[in-house]
Amino acid sequence: MKKRGLKEFKTFPQSTISEIQRAAKEGIYQIRGLGAKRKVPDFDDLVFLGASMSRYPLEGYREKCKTSVVIGDRFAKKPLKLDIPITIAGMSFGALGANAKEALGRGASSMGTSTTTGDGGMTKEERGSSKYLVYQLLPSRYGMNPDDLRKADAIEVVVGQGAKPGGGGMLLGQKINKRVAGMRTLPEGIDQRSACRHPDWTGPDDLEIKIQELREITNWEKPIYIKVGAARSYYDTALAVKAGADVVVLDGMQGGTAATQDVFIEHVGIPTLGALRQAVDALKELNMHRKVQLIVSGGIRTGADVAKALAMGADAVSIGSAAMMALNCNADLYRKDYEKLGTEPGYCHHCHTGRCPVGVATQDPKLEKRLDPKEGGRQLKNYLTTLTLELQTLARANGKSDVRNLEPEDLVALTVEAAAMSRVPLAGTNWIPGFKEKD
Amino acid sequence: MNFDLSKKKLTDINKYLQNIDRKSNVRKFKIENPSGHHAICAGLKDDIDVTINGHTGYYCAGMNQKASVTVNGNVGTGVAENMMSGKVFVKGNASQSAGATGHGGNLVIEGDASSRCGISMKGINIIVKGSVGHMSAFMAQKGNLIIFGDADEDLGDSIYEAKIFVKGKVKSLGADCVEKKMDEKSINELKKIFKELNISENPKNFKRYGSARKLYNFKIDNAGAY
Repeated sequence: MKKRGLKEFKTFPQSTISEIQRAAKEGIYQIRGLGAKRKVPDFDDLVFLGASMSRYPLEGYREKCKTSVVIGDRFAKKPLKLDIPITIAGMSFGALGANAKEALGRGASSMGTSTTTGDGGMTKEERGSSKYLVYQLLPSRYGMNPDDLRKADAIEVVVGQGAKPGGGGMLLGQKINKRVAGMRTLPEGIDQRSACRHPDWTGPDDLEIKIQELREITNWEKPIYIKVGAARSYYDTALAVKAGADVVVLDGMQGGTAATQDVFIEHVGIPTLGALRQAVDALKELNMHRKVQLIVSGGIRTGADVAKALAMGADAVSIGSAAMMALNCNADLYRKDYEKLGTEPGYCHHCHTGRCPVGVATQDPKLEKRLDPKEGGRQLKNYLTTLTLELQTLARANGKSDVRNLEPEDLVALTVEAAAMSRVPLAGTNWIPGFKEKD
Repeated sequence: MNFDLSKKKLTDINKYLQNIDRKSNVRKFKIENPSGHHAICAGLKDDIDVTINGHTGYYCAGMNQKASVTVNGNVGTGVAENMMSGKVFVKGNASQSAGATGHGGNLVIEGDASSRCGISMKGINIIVKGSVGHMSAFMAQKGNLIIFGDADEDLGDSIYEAKIFVKGKVKSLGADCVEKKMDEKSINELKKIFKELNISENPKNFKRYGSARKLYNFKIDNAGAY
């Protein structure tokens, strides 16, 4: 039928009508994977100024531009020395299959960077394939084992994540197979909803003591990260420093998840851009910038995103969704399997179903075979290499011989919102909305 | 061998106890003047015997493996948290989250334990000879919480496959926790635990509680249970 002058309701677009009718039919909220789909101010709203009369560029292919970074040298005896400032975010075995975890380890290790466990413990595949492995301590403590704690290269105490600050993990029954259930000490096939608060501490004063315990158990060797979802980022960062963190990991609302309520993903937390600014403010006010490293995640896709995050004051970034996409998440393959899920490549967020068409977010042996861990590792390596080259390109263009010398003065904003959040001036002006220079 | 926490650093004592020479015949240790220090005996991993004379702070014997730790005093939050194996005896009372997330071993508390005792426990046996506070065995996954006294509100809320045994009164049960028949299997299980720990108590005096398993998979009809 030919559509003639049809006007969609702005308040009730088709997707909203469809969701109202789904809710009316099923009587339950929508659960899905990955991160926010709504448009929020992000790194695309910033641009670099590049070199000019007052800034001296470096030769793009000839002059060195350092990318290495030391993570966790505040208190830990053995900080991580990463070759690139791009790490792999925590994603659980359970949410991802063993092949995906191995591929992430392979790709990260080949680039001299770290990968991270998740809610569900450490698998031998990821330990074996990861040069640097960060072990998460989560509220559920699924699979938490002091032997694994000692095997880790760093420990990340997870307070929250960007997709759902204030929410616990969720893994639906279809992904709880025998191995996953065994690692989590749960019956097979149950809908696993892990706790949102830690069982043995509440608040930063307690956390300081918890960190002391972790350090005692691991001989004060391992860097201790504290991961927070982007919410009250200024105070959360300050309190993390107070609690004794070596590293703060800040995850913006664009960050992904294996499964949670859509309403949580879209309506809780703040964008990475604004959170990053607040976290850097807190570190600078405490004279801890560069002493406590800041790792930022949530919507990092390109080398430009990495460069902008570093320019705003991050020491490194972390990628989750993008790393999965490097392993073929949402690739135009196995179209019929996307259709069975009621979706198509580019739109899929069905990690929660366990029916991942490309074998990344699944425990189904047949689907998992679609991801060869060696090939996946190679793809991730290529992607990380590309990000690093892009990052260096932008750093050199701004006259920097070390990517961490990028600074806010290299940036301008394209929108008023982004200027206010990131506190860099609107392009072509000196105006930063809502900001006055101190007398 | 004796350690004095007023004279030696906690980290040095823990490091020593965590790295015992397996050929050494010295397997018994005493720690004097604990003075509420946190993380005393955290991360022990050998079959040694440690007695702490006095009160301890948070996470005493945290993540214990194989060791036997006795506290002649009260303990702070999270005693024997995430214990994997071994034994921890508390002669006084315990604060919140005693035995939290413990995977194995035995925790015996002679006095009372505060709220959330056995939270998210994953296989540990916790014996409390006094009473426990509210939300004990919250989200408890596996193991046994055995209470000689009373249990406060919301016992066993959102419990999985752990078992709770109570000799006294239960103020209220949490979501999805129900009383179950004290069957032969459970009686024998308690007998075995009591025998191992030299506890003279009749298992038949206890009532058993566990999961109704109605909330294992989300059903909209059960939404009101939360």
